[in-house]
Amino acid sequence: MSTYFVTISTFIAIQAIVAYGLNIIVGYAGQISLGHAAFFGIGAYTAGLLSTKAGLSFWAALPIVLLICGALGVILGLPSLRVREDFLAITTIGINFIVEAVFLYVPFFGGAMGLGGIPKIVFFGVRLKGESLLALCLVCLAFVILICWWFTKSWAGLGCRAIASDETAASSMGISPVRFKLLAFVLGTVIAGLGGALYAHRMGFITPADFGFPVSTMMLSIIVLGGMGTLWGPLLGAIILGALPEVFRPLADYRMLLYGALLLLMVRFQPGGLLGDASVLMNLLKRMKGGDRHAG
Amino acid sequence: MLLSVSDLTVAYAGVEAVSGVSFSVGEGELVSIIGANGAGKTSILNAVMGLIPSSGGRIEFDGTNVTRLPSHLRARRRMRIVPERARVFAHLTVRENLLVGAYGLRKAIDLQKKLEWLYGFFPVLEERSAQLARTLSGGEQQQLSIARALISDPKLLLVDEISMGLMPKLVETVFEALRDLNREHGITILLVEQNALASLRISNRGYVLEAGRIALEGNADALVRDAGVREAYLGI
Ligand SMILES: Nc1ncnc2c1ncn2[C@@H]1O[C@H](COP(=O)(O)OP(=O)(O)OP(=O)(O)O)[C@@H](O)[C@H]1O
Ligand SMILES: [Mg+2]
Repeated sequence: MSTYFVTISTFIAIQAIVAYGLNIIVGYAGQISLGHAAFFGIGAYTAGLLSTKAGLSFWAALPIVLLICGALGVILGLPSLRVREDFLAITTIGINFIVEAVFLYVPFFGGAMGLGGIPKIVFFGVRLKGESLLALCLVCLAFVILICWWFTKSWAGLGCRAIASDETAASSMGISPVRFKLLAFVLGTVIAGLGGALYAHRMGFITPADFGFPVSTMMLSIIVLGGMGTLWGPLLGAIILGALPEVFRPLADYRMLLYGALLLLMVRFQPGGLLGDASVLMNLLKRMKGGDRHAG
Repeated sequence: MLLSVSDLTVAYAGVEAVSGVSFSVGEGELVSIIGANGAGKTSILNAVMGLIPSSGGRIEFDGTNVTRLPSHLRARRRMRIVPERARVFAHLTVRENLLVGAYGLRKAIDLQKKLEWLYGFFPVLEERSAQLARTLSGGEQQQLSIARALISDPKLLLVDEISMGLMPKLVETVFEALRDLNREHGITILLVEQNALASLRISNRGYVLEAGRIALEGNADALVRDAGVREAYLGI
């Protein structure tokens, strides 16, 4: 495998992990979040600080990273989830800007210069880089997908999906809206934190801009493109959006424009995403399987 | 009394839709509230379930004051609603809709047995169990909504305009089913209906609601015989 391919694949895997977290919040629980990169950043900075300043290994730091991301998910999520849905979009954008500003202006976090010197992950004495790091990221991704699959099959997941479908009706069946929205939000932020930790150790050097609002927009584009609330949508979206700028190098400067246009087009023409039911792609797949249900 | 509501007032943006309504439903009773379009029937049921806030009055259920309790906690006390226009979970399958109805009751009820019992009542739900609820017809959604409420073994079932969108033959079946549930299974039911005759026929008692106030109350058969009610609501 070429280094180039390995590098791109590693980024795609990390982005997919973070996008899976967002998919739980937006896709399953129906809570729009435009600030998901904040928690990606919190995970990355926590991992970076714990390894550089506290000297912890990736493995020793990981539980702490996930715990902090979950705790901040509760603290930042709770007030947002109590407000009406249209405000949620605004408050989550606010969270993103505030978190980015904290990284930027509080000297402890390294300011605009960022945080450097984050060591490589060591696994049984082997420093992970290149293909071995990609392997670790893929294992983490598989684990996250497994959690998402389990979540859709669980009672908690059912509760979240019921709330997304009709909050009032769900609450009249004994489901507490705030509790389940918060559960989904926190699960999403913890998964984002895992992606952040991998990212920090992959880069060795992180800056506040790595976790800005444009990154949140990209995460949302990934799940909208692939299919919100589907199991494989975030992966497909991350692959397409991760590979596209590489294929069309000249377009790299217009990335944000591309994501914006893509979001609009998808919402207009394929609101369920590429893997949503009744999408063009799904219909094609069904026909290829020969199991045209409409015929029966 | 299982449910006693006193002086209930519901207002939308300052305009009162329900003004000081008092009524009660005793354990094992089947009670109807009848009234014209816009009389405030849905507002009353939604306020009892906690889906909209009441601006005055007191709601007592099963010996507790639930006036300020959020709806999911009223549901946990086994109060259930079959809401106006069904409100099934569109993106969940039929079976998942039923499971949501049994949320948090895994230990209290025998899920499999309940499902079989409900499929006996509504065979179409078994045939369509893997289908998304939004692909059901209006009448099928209504049946799903009833089954979703019944799966929890409710102490009090609030039913809003159950006959809406059902074919006449099914209306009859559904009203019979409600009577059965009340008489044979001991489920207490508060029914809100425009189909006054059909609902009074199966009820013990009834209230007539006019412009947000109770105009008349009494035994169901007395109401059916009442000349004013006959003319205004029964069309006979
Ligand atoms: N969300 C709302 N906002 C403003 N006014 C409302 C709202 N819901 C109901 N109303 C008003 O309150 C009054 C009572 O409505 P409600 O839905 O309780 O009547 P209803 O007896 O159930 O009528 P129907 O038989 O047509 O279902 C009506 O005048 C209606 O216009
Ligand atoms: Mg009504």
